[in-house]
Formats: sequence, structure tokens, C-alpha cells
Amino acid sequence: MSYIRPEFRHPASKTNTSGFTRKDYEGALSTLCAGCGHDSVSNAIIDSCFELGVWPHRVAKISGIGCSSKTPTYFLGKSHGFNSVHGRMPSVATGANMANGEMAYIGVSGDSDTASIGLGQFAHVARRNLNMVYIVENNGCYGLTKGQDSATTDVGSSSKKGDPNPYEAVDLCSMALQLGATFVARSFSGDKEQLVPLIKAAITHNGFAFIDVISPCVTFNNTPASSKGFEFVREHREATGKMDFVPVRSEITTNYEPGFVKEITLHYGSVIHLYKDDKLDCTDRNSALRAIQEHDEKGRILTGLLYVDPDSRDFHKVQQTVKQPLRDLNEEDLCPGARSLNAINASLR
Amino acid sequence: MTAGGLRLKPTNIADPEYFHKVVDCQYACPAHTPVPEYIRLIAAERYTEAYMVNWESNVFPGVLGRTCDRPCEPACRRGRVEEEPVAICRLKRVAADNKDDITEFLPASGKKNGKKVALVGAGPASLAVARDLAPLGYDLHVYDENAKGGGFMRSQIPSFRLPEAVLDQEVEYITDNKNIATFYSTRIDSLKALLAKDYDAVFIGSGAPKGRDLPDLPGRKEGADNIHIGIDWLGSVAFEHISSVGKKVIVLGGGNTAMDCCRTARRIGGSEVKVIVRSPFADMKASPWEKDDAASEDIPIIDNHVPLEFVIEEGKLVGMRFDRVRAEYDAKGRRKLISTDEEPAFYPCDEVLVAIGQENAFPWIERDIDIEFDKWELPELDTVTYQSSNPKVFFGGDAAFGPENIITAVAQAHQAAISIDLFCQGEKLTKRPGPGVTLVSQKMGIHEWSYDSSVVSDVRYQVPHADKTAALGDRKLEVELGFSKDTGFEEAQRCLNCDVQTVFVEALCIECDACVDICPTECISFVDNAKEPELRDSLRMPAKNLDQDLYVSDKLPTGRIMAKDEDVCLHCGLCAERCPTSAWDMQTFLYQVTKASQI
Repeated sequence: MSYIRPEFRHPASKTNTSGFTRKDYEGALSTLCAGCGHDSVSNAIIDSCFELGVWPHRVAKISGIGCSSKTPTYFLGKSHGFNSVHGRMPSVATGANMANGEMAYIGVSGDSDTASIGLGQFAHVARRNLNMVYIVENNGCYGLTKGQDSATTDVGSSSKKGDPNPYEAVDLCSMALQLGATFVARSFSGDKEQLVPLIKAAITHNGFAFIDVISPCVTFNNTPASSKGFEFVREHREATGKMDFVPVRSEITTNYEPGFVKEITLHYGSVIHLYKDDKLDCTDRNSALRAIQEHDEKGRILTGLLYVDPDSRDFHKVQQTVKQPLRDLNEEDLCPGARSLNAINASLR
Repeated sequence: MTAGGLRLKPTNIADPEYFHKVVDCQYACPAHTPVPEYIRLIAAERYTEAYMVNWESNVFPGVLGRTCDRPCEPACRRGRVEEEPVAICRLKRVAADNKDDITEFLPASGKKNGKKVALVGAGPASLAVARDLAPLGYDLHVYDENAKGGGFMRSQIPSFRLPEAVLDQEVEYITDNKNIATFYSTRIDSLKALLAKDYDAVFIGSGAPKGRDLPDLPGRKEGADNIHIGIDWLGSVAFEHISSVGKKVIVLGGGNTAMDCCRTARRIGGSEVKVIVRSPFADMKASPWEKDDAASEDIPIIDNHVPLEFVIEEGKLVGMRFDRVRAEYDAKGRRKLISTDEEPAFYPCDEVLVAIGQENAFPWIERDIDIEFDKWELPELDTVTYQSSNPKVFFGGDAAFGPENIITAVAQAHQAAISIDLFCQGEKLTKRPGPGVTLVSQKMGIHEWSYDSSVVSDVRYQVPHADKTAALGDRKLEVELGFSKDTGFEEAQRCLNCDVQTVFVEALCIECDACVDICPTECISFVDNAKEPELRDSLRMPAKNLDQDLYVSDKLPTGRIMAKDEDVCLHCGLCAERCPTSAWDMQTFLYQVTKASQI
């Protein structure tokens, strides 16, 4: 048995703005199949959190059931985590977020966990604009139960068993857009250059940030006839304009031709730099929906940032809930006394 | 690797030198001993086999396990990921200390082939040549002026570092071969006379026997009775011509001979022994551990002192005067010692040992026998074949290119032996055999490799030392006690198995990034090809160590290439473990320098 990760890291490993090394964001060694796309997504999350300098103890990872939902064990080992019931990750995330809005919430789900058993929960967490990152590791199959077709398997795509899928697929990005998600992106586990800035922007976004990551199942769904295999995705993928994420603390040093770059300032002052893309206006929901449709009709997969609402108002804001975490409220806050009660009653008379 | 300017070509792993270089310790070893191979055998408690892997390659494992200059250790990869390298040298000793009787594994004396070779000097070079040639049936005559074989290993390395029994045993493993005849206490005074005998070839392994002196320093002549040349003095102590020394001793010099002199002096009557050296402490040639050992025996090392004179009073040496200096370095790093213009420093002493270097001397080689000498009075030799301008005469060891060390002498001897064999068989000397190379997959199943791939975090284990009072009271008591079997096992586990190579097959790669994600030291990147400097900068961790190669693949389906920086790869096998298509595999690479005979 040799499956032990050495303690040594590269001697030139850097420390981030919060004083942590990348190793501080690692988790346990993955037990997924060798080559699983999900491991790349885990590493993209590690890279993002390390580069952003988030404090590991201020992050909570929440997941449902499935290969994807196992992955929070494999990243951010020093963060909080809750591996919940199949399709019920959004409820747990909602509860946690309501209790403490000061943490960063990273939900990890899969295509069946979100598009089948969890479809109802997914719809409502998107509608409520809960402040969280919602990543779907979308491999178009039930990997944990030997690769049956899932609700995101494209029509005609076939996995290792070889039977083409006869049913229409759920397109989670379109659905998220229609349901009011305020940050919607699609990416590919095999392209960290695109995925890492997207996750960083999603963590920084104030509201529901949804990323549909096509993440091939190497064991059951990486065949030439599958539309979620490495080869097919690489050949049929198109990206919206290249994107950079500029965190609030850093000085903007890049110099682009005017008009070539679109800047989108997020809630806390971080900036997304979008290289100009004529086809898509990322701040227009309809433009995003249209672009997805048009690419789909041509048999292309559109990836990159699809939509962002920089003025997003998250669930706390809409609900006018208390800003402090509940655990910080003392007796005085919770029981304001007879005088306050009388005042409320008086206002209702 | 190709020079800058061009995009990198795929690494040619069929060239044995590529993977050889990855095995840093073996590559740095002049004899290219397969270090990780024998360390694994030690971990498996197969000491005899570990010893034989060494014996085949470096001929004197017991001696070298105690005295080697260890060029392997500064090269050890472990030193690049943590503080200290693997204690390779001490592990070699574990193999030597715990081996069984090996005589059955020694090569048989081959059937006589009718050729006769004379070997001058019975030091490591001549003995190694004799060992390599004996199985081929050569009649080998070894001459040495001393009563026993071993050369400088016997005369210059004190017994408290190298017990006589260890040396005797390893000399006898060679000289017991029936094709080797030793002529001890026989000094060769004329090479011309030797060549006149019916030898088919002559090998000269007579070392660098002349210790440097300070002949012009004032007081040198008057104080001669109490001023000794270090290497001669050590030899006299070893052969028991000298058994005592004055109480106050000054040792001049900063090399390992100086360290041996001062520690020997401490054992035979020197109670106040000092080492005084011209250079700054950090520039001293002595190995760091030898300086430590001297310090732990209460021997101060006084640096930046240039000798001015031997002070003689009433015809007797009473001390030495030194100019105090400081070192300055120019842009090229060349050192200059500048006087501080202070009052000269005086140190009283009863005896002085001069250990400031040694050089070759060939007063016994006539200059009319077709052997050309250069302006430094060194023989002109072919650097590959070690043949002199007289085709019958070969050199090796310190006699060839000046003082080095035992392991270098052995390495040169292997090549000289090949040359002598080719010469005697009438073959071209340039027709040299390539190295023996094997590359074998270690995969046994999921999570199973036939090597111990896990990387331990233990820091280097310390070797226990003998009680100091006892050691200082007995010149022959060995100071270092060596690792126990248990500690030897723990230390062996620190070896990263750099000879288990990461072999990449691009045709199998699906570019899933699993190897990139799992690699603990972020060695692997998939990037666009570029010129080497740009490529090195574009990697996940920029490859700053230019001494270490990049392993690059051919173009992959996405147009990128795989580029692996060999620098801090831990050889943990996780890339191969996480590879879904076995595009990565862990394969043990064994590189053996081919010898004149199969040992």
C-alpha cells in the first residue's frame, strides 16, 4: 500500500496574503477513480481559495450524495463541512447561511444530485439568491452506481454501455438564468485557466453563484460517443471572452486597449475583466440565454462567464435578516424586554 | 537539453544518461555506484547483496563507508526538499558491517590468458585494476614499497577512522585471487627497468606521495627535528615508527589531512593541539564533518593566519609567528588574503605538522622512455583511456591527474583496466563498452508497487560516537560506531528512490490533469512548448534549478506538451497512481558502469 501523500511540498511554495501556503487548503487524498474530472475541480477550488487568501476557518463546504458530493473531503481540510442528504444540499446551505452570513459557502453537487432528486431544491435556492457558490460537477452519468444516464446526459450521447440516451437533457445554466441566479457560468474540469478565475469571482460574488463544470467520468463516460468525455468537450467547446479576476486588494496593472476590456465591479470591490466578446453581454440575462441556445443549436458548448448581476441583493438583504451571526446574539438582543414589545404592539394598533 | 533558441524536443529517455542524471547521488559518484539500489537492499536487511552491489562498483565499501568524501551527499535530492541529505556513506558502512562471508561471491581467478601486467603501488587504483583484470586471466604483479597493501588508505587514514581489520579484509578480497601476485616491501626505482621485463602493460597507481613543505620559511632548517610533513608523519604513525608527539602541536593546513594530523596528535601525547590555517574557516577544504570531529576533540581551528616564521630559541623550535589576514574576493570569486597590518600573532609549540597539500612526484620515471610530461611534471594522458604517450603504460588514481580521493581512484581504475584489456587484446582503445542499463516497471496492482514508494519525513539520523576519553586514549579505537541495524533501516527509509523513474508515454495520455493535481511538489505541467528559458518560467512552479533537466513529451492532442521539472520530484509514484491510462509508470532504472570483467 503506497497511497500516502508525502509531507514535502515544493521548497519555493509561496505564502498568500493571509499567511497560508497552498498546503493549508489541501484535504485528504482523493479516493475517486484515477483521472476523475472532479479531482481537478477540487484542485481548482484549492487554487482559488489559496490565491484569494480566504481564511480556511471561514469557509463551509456543503454537499449532497454522489461522487461529486464526496469531494469536499479532498479540499479545504481545515474548513467546516456538511455532507448532507441526496439533493438536499441547498436546504442545509440555506440554514447555515441564515445562521451565519459571514462565512463563505461552497456547495458541491453533481448532475443527478442537482438535476434529478435535487431539482426542486436547486430551483428555490437559485430563486432566493442565497449567497453561496454552487458548483455542479457535471459528468452526465451516475458514476457512483456504475454509469447510468443522468438528467444532463445529452440526447444521443452514450456511455460505456453503448446505448444512446433517448431523453432531452436538463440544461442547468439556462435553468439557473431563468430562475434568477445572479452569477452563472459554465466551465470544464480540464481547463483550470478558465475555471480558477470563475471560482474566485463566484466566491467574491454577493449572491447565488452557479457554475456548471463539465467533469468527465473517466471510468464510465469518457467514450468517443459521449458528449461529456474529455475529447468531445475539448473539440466542441467555445469560450465566451477570456476572463481575469482582480481581487480588491491588488492594484490593476494590466493595460488593455480601451473598449477591448469590460470591467465588472463586484460587491466588495473586486473586479472582473472581460475581454470583449461581441456575441454576449454578460450583464444581460437574455443575451446569455440566447447565446447558450445558439451554441447548442450548432452543437457547441459555450463556456465561461455567462451572466453576472453586479448589483445583486442576496437573501439576507431581501429578508432583512440580522447581519450578525446568530451565535453572536446575546440575551439582550434576543429578548429586548417589555418596553420593546409594547412599542411593537402599539405600532400595530 | 537543447540550448535556448529552439523549442524543446521530446526528451530522449532511450539515452541512458538522461535517467542516470536523475539519480543525483549515483550521477555525482565518480564510480557511479547505484546508491538507491543498495539502500533498498539494506532496508530489506539483505546486507550481503547490498555489499556486493557496492563491491562491484567501488571495490572498497567498508573503507568508503567510513572515509569517502561523499560527493553523493551534497547531490542528494533530499537535500533539496529538506535540511539534510540521506546519510549515504554511513548506510554503505551498515552493509559492510552486517554482511555475511562473501568469499563465495568473489570472482574466480580466470584461466591464464598469457598476458602479464605490472602494477606500481598497492593503493586503491592498482588494487581496483587488479580486481577487474584478474577474472580475465591476466598475470598481475602488484609492487609496493610498504609491508602491506592499501597505499594511502593505510598510511594516511588513521586507525580511529578506519580500523586496520576492515582495510586488511578488503585488500585481501582482491589479493587472494590466484592471478594476483603481491610484491610488498619492494620499491620500484626505475620504470625503465620494469619495462625491460616482459610485461605486456604497466599500470602506475603510485599516488601523490610528496607532501608540500614550507622550505623557505625562516627557521625551517633550524627547527627541522620538530617540523614534519603531515602525510609522511601520518604514515610513520600508522607503521609505528612514531608513537609520541610534543604536548603543544600546531597543525598547518585546512584539508582532511590536517584534520587527521591534529586528531592523531591528540591521541599520542598532544594535549594542546591547534589547527592554524591561512584561509577563512568557510573556505577550508576539509569536509564539514571532519571539522566537527576535530572541534569535538577540543582542537581549535584558527583561521586567517598566514605563517611568517618558525621561532627558534637556543636551536629549538618554540613556536610560530603568523600574519593576521582577511579575505577579499574579486568579481570572479578569486580570493586574496590581505594583511590586517596587526602585530604578528605568536603561538608557542613543541612540534609543527605541515599538512598544506600534496603533489605527484615521479623521480623514478626516466624521461627517455617515451612518456611525455607536461609543465607541471604530470604525465600527459588520454583523459578517457588513461594511456600515456608510451602505449604500454597506463596511469590511474592520484598518480594520473593529481590528488583526489579513493572513489575517484577507483573510478579511474575501472577505465584504465578496460584500456589495458583492450590494449593487450590488440583492440582499439576507443572501442569502449557502454553502460549496462535496465528499466523495469514496478507496478504490481492498484496502490501496489514493488518498491516502497511512501516518503517518510524523518530527519537525518546521527551516528553514535565512542566515549571521548576512551577514544583520545587509544589511537586505534574507532570513533564513529556506525548505525545499528535498526537505525540503518530508518535512515534507509529516507531514500527517495530516485532511480525509480517516472516514465511518460504521450500516446496514452488523455490530459486529464490527474498527475498535475496530485503531485505534492507541483513538478508536472501541461503547457505550450517554448524555448527552454520561457518554458521553465511557464511551469506550475518555475523551474529555477538549471542543473536539473526538464522531461518533456512530444505534442499532445491539445497541442500542449507535458513538461516535468526533475528538480524536486519525490519519486512517490502518485502521478502514476492517479493516472487512469498508465501514461505514467514507475520504472526502476539500473545503470552500471561496464567493467573490464563481469564481477
